[in-house]
Amino acid sequence: MATATGAPKASFRLSMLLYDTRYRSMTIQVVVLLLFMAGVAWLVDNTIRNLETLGKDFSYGFLWNRAGYDINQTLVQYSNDSTHARAMLVGLLNTLLVAFMSCAAATVLGLIIGVLRLSPNWIIGRLTTVYVEVFRNIPVLLWILVAYAIFTEVMPPPNAFRGDTPTASMILFDSVALTNRYTAVPDPLFSRSLGNIDLGLFLVSVDLLAIIVVITGSILANRAILARATRVQNATGIRPVTWWKSLAVLVLPLLLLLVALGFHVERPQLRGFNFTGGINVSNSLMALWLGLTLYTTAFIAEIVRAGIASVSHGQTEAAFALGLRPGHTMRLVILPQALRVIVPPLISQYLNITKNSSLAIAVGYMDLRGTLGGITLNQTGRELEAVLLMMLIYLAISLVISGVMNLYNNSVKLKER
Amino acid sequence: MSDTHAETVAYVRETMLPQAAPPVSEVGAVKWLRENLFSGVLNTILTLVGIAVVIWLAQAALPWFLHGVWKANSLPECRQIIAERWGEGAHGACWAVIRERWNQFLFGFYPSELYWRPVLALVLLFVALAPILFSQLPRKLIRGSALYPAVAYILLWGGSLWVPLMAMAGFVVGWAGAALGRRTGLPLVAPLAAVLLPILWWLFAAGPVADQLDRLFPLWVREVRSDAFGGFVLSITIGVAAISLSLPLGIVLALGRRSDMLLVKALSVGFIEFIRGVPLITLLFTASLLLNYFLPPGTNFDIILRVIIMVTLFAAAYIAEVIRGGLAALPRGQYEAADSLGLDYWKSMRLIVLPQALKISIPGIVSTFIGLFKDTTLVIFVGLLDPLKGITDAVRASIEWKGIYWEPFMFVGAIFFIFNFGMSRYSMYLEGKLKRDHR
Amino acid sequence: MKNTVFLGTLAAAGLVAGFASAATLDDVKARGELNCGVNTGLVGFAAPDANGNWSGFDVAICRAMAAAVLGDASKVRFVPTTGQTRFTALASGEVDILSRNTTWTFSRDADLKFTFTGVNYYDGQGFMVNKALGVTSAKELDGATICIQTGTTTELNLADFFKSNNMNYDPVPIETNAEGEQQFLAGACDAYTTDASGLAATRAAFANPDEYVILPEIISKEPLGPLVRQGDDQWADIGRWTLNALIAAEEYGVTSANIEELSKGTDNPEINRLLGAGEDNLGAMLGLEKDWAKKAIIGAGGNYGEIFAATIGESTPIGLARGLNAQWTQGGLLYSPPFR
Repeated sequence: MATATGAPKASFRLSMLLYDTRYRSMTIQVVVLLLFMAGVAWLVDNTIRNLETLGKDFSYGFLWNRAGYDINQTLVQYSNDSTHARAMLVGLLNTLLVAFMSCAAATVLGLIIGVLRLSPNWIIGRLTTVYVEVFRNIPVLLWILVAYAIFTEVMPPPNAFRGDTPTASMILFDSVALTNRYTAVPDPLFSRSLGNIDLGLFLVSVDLLAIIVVITGSILANRAILARATRVQNATGIRPVTWWKSLAVLVLPLLLLLVALGFHVERPQLRGFNFTGGINVSNSLMALWLGLTLYTTAFIAEIVRAGIASVSHGQTEAAFALGLRPGHTMRLVILPQALRVIVPPLISQYLNITKNSSLAIAVGYMDLRGTLGGITLNQTGRELEAVLLMMLIYLAISLVISGVMNLYNNSVKLKER
Repeated sequence: MSDTHAETVAYVRETMLPQAAPPVSEVGAVKWLRENLFSGVLNTILTLVGIAVVIWLAQAALPWFLHGVWKANSLPECRQIIAERWGEGAHGACWAVIRERWNQFLFGFYPSELYWRPVLALVLLFVALAPILFSQLPRKLIRGSALYPAVAYILLWGGSLWVPLMAMAGFVVGWAGAALGRRTGLPLVAPLAAVLLPILWWLFAAGPVADQLDRLFPLWVREVRSDAFGGFVLSITIGVAAISLSLPLGIVLALGRRSDMLLVKALSVGFIEFIRGVPLITLLFTASLLLNYFLPPGTNFDIILRVIIMVTLFAAAYIAEVIRGGLAALPRGQYEAADSLGLDYWKSMRLIVLPQALKISIPGIVSTFIGLFKDTTLVIFVGLLDPLKGITDAVRASIEWKGIYWEPFMFVGAIFFIFNFGMSRYSMYLEGKLKRDHR
Repeated sequence: MKNTVFLGTLAAAGLVAGFASAATLDDVKARGELNCGVNTGLVGFAAPDANGNWSGFDVAICRAMAAAVLGDASKVRFVPTTGQTRFTALASGEVDILSRNTTWTFSRDADLKFTFTGVNYYDGQGFMVNKALGVTSAKELDGATICIQTGTTTELNLADFFKSNNMNYDPVPIETNAEGEQQFLAGACDAYTTDASGLAATRAAFANPDEYVILPEIISKEPLGPLVRQGDDQWADIGRWTLNALIAAEEYGVTSANIEELSKGTDNPEINRLLGAGEDNLGAMLGLEKDWAKKAIIGAGGNYGEIFAATIGESTPIGLARGLNAQWTQGGLLYSPPFR
């Protein structure tokens, strides 16, 4: 009788750990793990011993001490009596603000310039190419410094607006003042304000919430109107006139709310040394914004151009053959296909903007690095804690951005069946 | 027939007309203008806007350039000359600052009689890179390029010749160890010897041996210390050192990220994503503020070396992603072919996969280098004299050049542009060539 | 390829890198060079010229130390530090002594674990404004925009001053003195605040110094001095007594002109002890040569008064008066303990 035996049951030998593919990957991983742990232990041990020699400890207690310094741009309430943690929050919000502003502006500009680069117009084609090449190949730090120098050296000081024959004047019906310190813009105010809700970390204006709710409601209502019009069109072939309904739904509720809240703007006025009354948008923010935007726009324009170029010309021709106008062709045929090529590199540009916003240090904008990694670090001498915390926060921001953008990417991805 | 015609038609042409020239609007400049600039309403508007932008830029900048002054000893003198020559209130560039201080922008405080050394190092860099960049050259030249690091070190820093020689000797030790290990025939000895022996050599033997040799046969080149580095010498040193050091690390990380082993993959992904998630500036702060905490008590590196270490780690994460792209772009058949030949992992990587993957990664590596080179300007924030802000501030600190902004910015910007534009064009040329190869 | 440049440099650094141990003096002697942390560039206090040679009031302290320890005032390596990097540079052993107009405060001494070796300049925080502004007192600065260097004690003082006077201000944080100057001159801030000595130095370098005025208020005490790591008493003593030697030399009338002659021996036993001319060997108690103080004074370019006059005094563009920094015999605060 044939005894079917399996593979010869060789006894386990030590060399099998290395030569038997069943075990080898295990062996390697164990070795890697050991090496990794040894490395980490070595670093931690060194750190502990170094801290001991310096007579320091590792503790985040300093975050709850009084900060004692002032910050020139605070999106949430802050005074020099607040804690270092609060200063960190102020810095974090400033980082997010400038990153968000730059991402938005760079996307819009990049889209425009990317499309223009493909234009058959010779002058425009050359101009945009020069723009892209010049801005791409020169460090962003230079653009930020140049923008800052333009703001401080070219704009007039607030003093120039004073007197009977001022050498500088406000623009846009005397509502905006461009100075070499800040841009003073009117401040929207509510005379019958609903007050604020204290969320513990920061205050939320109820007025703002109400406006957001009303706008969202209006947009939803408008959508319903348009959907109904489409249904009618599908059923009868005639699309009812909707523009006045849309207009009314979109504008009237907001207007009513603003009147009810007593909306008015306060214009900036020169009192004492500076403009007061309005909102002063500091030049460090403007310069950082401008520098980051102009630099990143060049990259986004290239991404957009490559994305559009990746859609085969046959698609355009097919769309034209169907009788679509160029605008519709772009919007309905080309862009949706180009987007799946555009979005992934766009994500990394957004990440780059966020990371490059740490160059705020060059223009004295108080971002996360300026507060936690700058003044707080200096005043408390806690460089280990501060730099590690700063890295973790930047890492978290990056992960959140790429997470959110990847969700979006999945939604525009070509649905493959 | 003709008679009938003569009755019905008033006039019949009986000769061929000579060919008329095409309408004015369809030839030459006019046609070009019509087609390229004024083909539609939108296009016309764009053209007009474009022309307006060009005119506006020229109006703003041209007088300033034309009024430039090249010979002066200080900014006030510059302004005086401009006022004398072009009238009160005229603006003009003061290029005299570049003429006077160009060497600081390029070399920092590097001793002026030794300027030839960094220049030679740069020239030799291109020579060493030539066999990699231009495939026409014989491949064997790469072996000569391997000597470049030692040569560059001697040229830039100087000091005892034995130090870089002994450092390079580590590779010879590793190679000899591997050869001997292979001869023993025992498993594992050769690879272990190839890795461990050089490490042991560098850790324990290289220093003392170099010391002894130095005592016996002193071979010295005039030493230049890192503090003297500045300007573009500093930028290029950091950029080139970091990118070349990060290549091996990047390859390992890329392979790790594609590995089937969960732990190896997790560690690689963790490292890459961590580095890519934080700004370079925080890594530079780590170099200047924290690295001393992480190293054994008492170790103390030069700040430039610390910066190079951190920038290398930074670049490695980006290089790893570039190489991962190269690995992914390789047709699956190449991997399968290697497997079917019975090659083990390292052999298939070394002989089949990596040579091809690295080749298609070169354009990406060049782009990473461009990005890194631009980022070297950030070293100003840890107190090193980068060409953009560090040297400019130093120049501006002197009483003669107080208040000068645009000229240094333009000079430094132009140099960055020339370097980077050249490299990006090269990378595009390469991309085109590689595309053809793979068809 | 070039993957070995790293190892080459690493190995080289391994050889060059000093291993800072508890005995800084031994390290410095073994190295043959003193690492001295200074300002990145403040005219009069520490600034490199076009060839990279350093000079200034703080630099003289470094030179005196190098001369006292190594016998050669040129054996100093100057490490430029910013407000941000200075303390780490000292704590990590990158520099042996920090002579960078640093204010002696409680927390820096006790919490950051440093030892201040004395005060080489008694300073206070002041304000500079444009004359055209018409401001005569810092109390009139309510609502002003103020340029301030970050990473220093000045921003805390400023916050306290405005708070206690119930005034508001808009801070413009800047990194270096050069940036501060640029902002201030462009009118991007109404006032520039830093140590009064720094203000004077900055104002002196302006094209039209007369258009700017330093306000009379001094809002803080800023005793500036060199500092070393805590825990090495011998090294701290060397720093302390080198500074004292410079001060005492002025008090006893020892100058760079007459020092050679005086060191042959005088009637004043204090001078003899200071210059190592007598029987007592004070240098040995510090682990130094007998004539360490003489070398220090020569290396620094003279006694305290001479250094002051040459770098920041009234005959220089910076034009600082001695004020608080006069000898105690002249109504100032400089008072060296006896050399005995």
